[in-house]
Parts: sequence; structure tokens; C-alpha cells
Amino acid sequence: MKFLSQLISGVSLGSIYSLIALGYTMVYGIAKMLNFAHGDVIMVGAFVVYTACVAGGLSPFFGVLIAVVCCTLLGVVIERLAYKPLRSAASLAVLITAIGVSYFLQNMALLIFGSDTKQFSSVVSLPSVTLADGSLTISGETIVTIVLSLIIMVCLYLFINRSKPGKAMLAVSEDKGAAQLMGINVNAMIALTFAIGSALAAIAGALLCSSYPALSPYTGAMPGIKAFVAAVFGGIGSIPGAMVGGVLLGVIENLSKGYISSQLSDAIVFAVLILVLLIKPTGIMGKKINEKV
Amino acid sequence: MAMLEVRNLNVYFGVIQAIKDISFDVNQGEVVALIGANGAGKTTTLHTVTGLLSAESGTISLDGKDITKTPAHKIVSMGMAHVPEGRRVFASLSVYDNLKMGAYTRKDKKEIQSSLEMVFSAFPRLEERRNQIAGTLSGGEQQMLAMGRALMSKPRILLMDEPSMGLSPLYVNEIFAIIEKIQSEGTTVLLVEQNAKKALSIADRAYVLETGRIIMEGKASDLLEDERVRKAYLGA
Repeated sequence: MKFLSQLISGVSLGSIYSLIALGYTMVYGIAKMLNFAHGDVIMVGAFVVYTACVAGGLSPFFGVLIAVVCCTLLGVVIERLAYKPLRSAASLAVLITAIGVSYFLQNMALLIFGSDTKQFSSVVSLPSVTLADGSLTISGETIVTIVLSLIIMVCLYLFINRSKPGKAMLAVSEDKGAAQLMGINVNAMIALTFAIGSALAAIAGALLCSSYPALSPYTGAMPGIKAFVAAVFGGIGSIPGAMVGGVLLGVIENLSKGYISSQLSDAIVFAVLILVLLIKPTGIMGKKINEKV
Repeated sequence: MAMLEVRNLNVYFGVIQAIKDISFDVNQGEVVALIGANGAGKTTTLHTVTGLLSAESGTISLDGKDITKTPAHKIVSMGMAHVPEGRRVFASLSVYDNLKMGAYTRKDKKEIQSSLEMVFSAFPRLEERRNQIAGTLSGGEQQMLAMGRALMSKPRILLMDEPSMGLSPLYVNEIFAIIEKIQSEGTTVLLVEQNAKKALSIADRAYVLETGRIIMEGKASDLLEDERVRKAYLGA
């Protein structure tokens, strides 16, 4: 039962990584940049929920809704102000800018909320479920996280592969020039990608802090890095890869915590990444289309 | 007034001048060929016309409207489509989705459907393979897809960049027959080709480009007979 319980909470943690990793991988796919400020958008989302629910007294549902709206706007504004002017700049310049944005967000949060850790109150009111005569307890947060992430991923998958703007995003990520010749506004598609990724980050922030209720300006940093690892693990640029990579990473992390050592779990996660990259540099679902010329 | 008018166009890549003061016209209903060797500036010219590159100076106008500074994604809805060099189909999308991308700016579902049927009747092979992933098509099929995709925007003028590149002679003949058919159905064509003989055989007029300059222009049939052209580009 211990294994099952570890596995389920691993899937739950992993679903959060997946939601964050989707933002990384979609932005990488379309703008060919690593948005290292993405993790901090999670933190901003969690702070918005915290402010709206604790200070504003709103219900968790509206708190999360406001966080989604705020983070969507934040993502679009970051892209417009920080990254769009660098569209044709060297990728190193963009990377450094992203790190700068990350510090900017952290320090803004530090300025507004201070450095002390806040007690985040869970946005989930579902009671925990006890199965197998009391030997397996699954928390409401775990259930909501897994179910909600699953719904989001299915919706996102359908949006990308079935809808016209979704397919246009795929077209842009493949060939910007050819996409422009089709009449697709590449800048609008990049903005849309940032909007979607940041909205997912807000939800991830709320779910993450519901399961792990300590909120500080640095809350987003480590999950952000791990989600980036998940995206690379799954194959950066691949949407199914980010989903699978995130869940696997969460499971590996939790099982290491449960069976090996909780101190070493992060080291194990990164070791697995190194192994995967050594064996399959494109990640487990990395795209490699055989294109005839 | 010509349909497409290019006047005194200059294009730079950094400090290198790729296009040197070129001017040309494409009239309604014509097939005009731009021929020249590798690196003469043919592709650069087309990219500048459709806004993928920006000009240092000079003007480009379509139906009398200045489009020199119009962004690339707004060109197609003005009636000008561009089949890029190397086809550049969306390799991970299906044939059908690639064609739908060609109609991205169009709204009327019925008209899009009728364009799709038109493209399928011109390229029956695309219909057979409509659910196949574009990256797995052969080179010739990809060229057909790239052309079909451009036709899905229902262009009044079609720009084609090296449609015969890398294709077997059989496919080359087929592609050129289709270009003639496109013209006969009323679409104006600006054709860039290294295969000068083929291009001149179907074009009405042609311009010869050499290191960024237009060095000759005239009726295609005259250029086919011209001694310098024959020597330099027709291998005779």
C-alpha cells in the first residue's frame, strides 16, 4: 500500500510539473526560447490566489480565476516588453533576459509580500478518500490535482490538434516564414502561446501550494526548474512529451523520497535527466520527423 | 498599370547588397519568369515582394497599392500567394491540414470546400494521401502540396520559387503542365527558376538576374533564341 500511495502522490506532483512543463515546451516550440521566468509566474499565481482568498475573502474558485487572468496578462506583457524586442537577437541574449525577468518577478514579490513564508490555505475543499480498509488515504488535493490536470491536458491536446488557432500554432512552431505566407500572424501566435502557458502556470501554482502550503517569493524557482527538466526529459517542444515527462518526474521524485532518501530525491531526479539525455538526447518523445528532401 | 510593380528595389543582408536597383512588372494573366544562376537574388526578390524580407529602398505595389512595408502575413489576403523554395510544407501536419492552412485567412466554409475540390482535381495524388503526414510525402508530392496549399488562398497572383528543384524529369513536366493550367484559369504567375529552358518555354516574358541585377528582359521566346542566354543558362 505504501507503494501505491507514493505512486499516487507522485502522479499528483507530476501532474503539476506537467502543467508547468507545458508552458516551457510550448514557448520553446514556437519562440525557440527558454523562458526561465516561467517558474516565477507560478509563484505570482499562488500569491494572487493567496491575496484574493486571505485578504480579499473571495472563494477559492474566484481566487484561482483571478490568478489565471492575472497570469495570462502577465505572460503576455512579459513577452511583449522583454522578449518581443529581442526576436531576432542571439539566443543567449534572450536567455539572459529571461533570467532577468525571473529575478525581477521574485524581487517584486519580495518587495510586496516580504520574505517570510506565508501559510497558503488549500483551494481544494474535497475531503480525503480512504480506501482498502483504511490502509490507503488519498487527499482531496491529490484527487483534484490529478483530475484537473488530466482535463486540462485533454483540452489542450484537442485545442492544439483540432482547432484552427491550435494548428496555426503548430505551423508557426515548424516554420515561421511559411506560416506567415499562409497569413498567420506569428507575433499574435507567440503571444497566445505565452497566454496559455501562463494561465496553466497560475493553475499549477494554486494546486502546488494547496498540496505544499508554504508560499514565498522563491516558491516557483525549484518547481520551475524541475518542470523544465520534465520538458527536456519528455523532449522539449513536444506537448505529449511535457505531459509524460512531468508525470514521470513526479513519480521518480516521490518514489526516491519514499524508498531511497528524501534528501537525495532531487539529485536522483537530475541524475535521471542526465541519463535520459545521454541515451536519447531528444528526450523520450522528442520530435524527429523523417522529412524527405 | 501592371498587377505587380517593382521599382528600384534594393535589398541588403547586413553589409552585402543582394538586390541592386531592380525593377520589373508582372501584368494580369501573364506568366513571368525570373531566371538566373544560384545566388543571383531570385529568392531574395520573391521574399522581399511577399514581405519576408524588408527592402532598403524602392517600392513594390500590387494593383497600384504600395505593399513595400506590408507585413508578410497580410499579403496573402490581398490576393498574392507564394510557394517558397524547398516547398516548406508543414511536415508534421497532414496533407489535409496543410491545405487548410493555405485557406487560413478565408472565412467562407463553402468556398474553401470548393477550393479544396479544385486542388484535389488538379492534384489527385493529394486526395489519395489527404490523411498522410506531409513530411512523409515524396519531393514531387510535397511540391504539389506546396502549390495546392498556395492555391487554397485563391490567389490572383502566384509566386513560385524553384518548383522543379530536386524533382525527377517526370515530375518536372507534370509541375510545369500544372503551372500552365493555373495560368489558363486566370491566375497570374511569377516564376523563379534555375531550369531556364523549362521556365522560358512556358513564360510570356522573362527577366534575367545576375548578381542582384537585371541584365536582360524580354519576351520569353526571344530570350530562348538569344545567344547570350543560350550560352549562359541553356547550356547550348
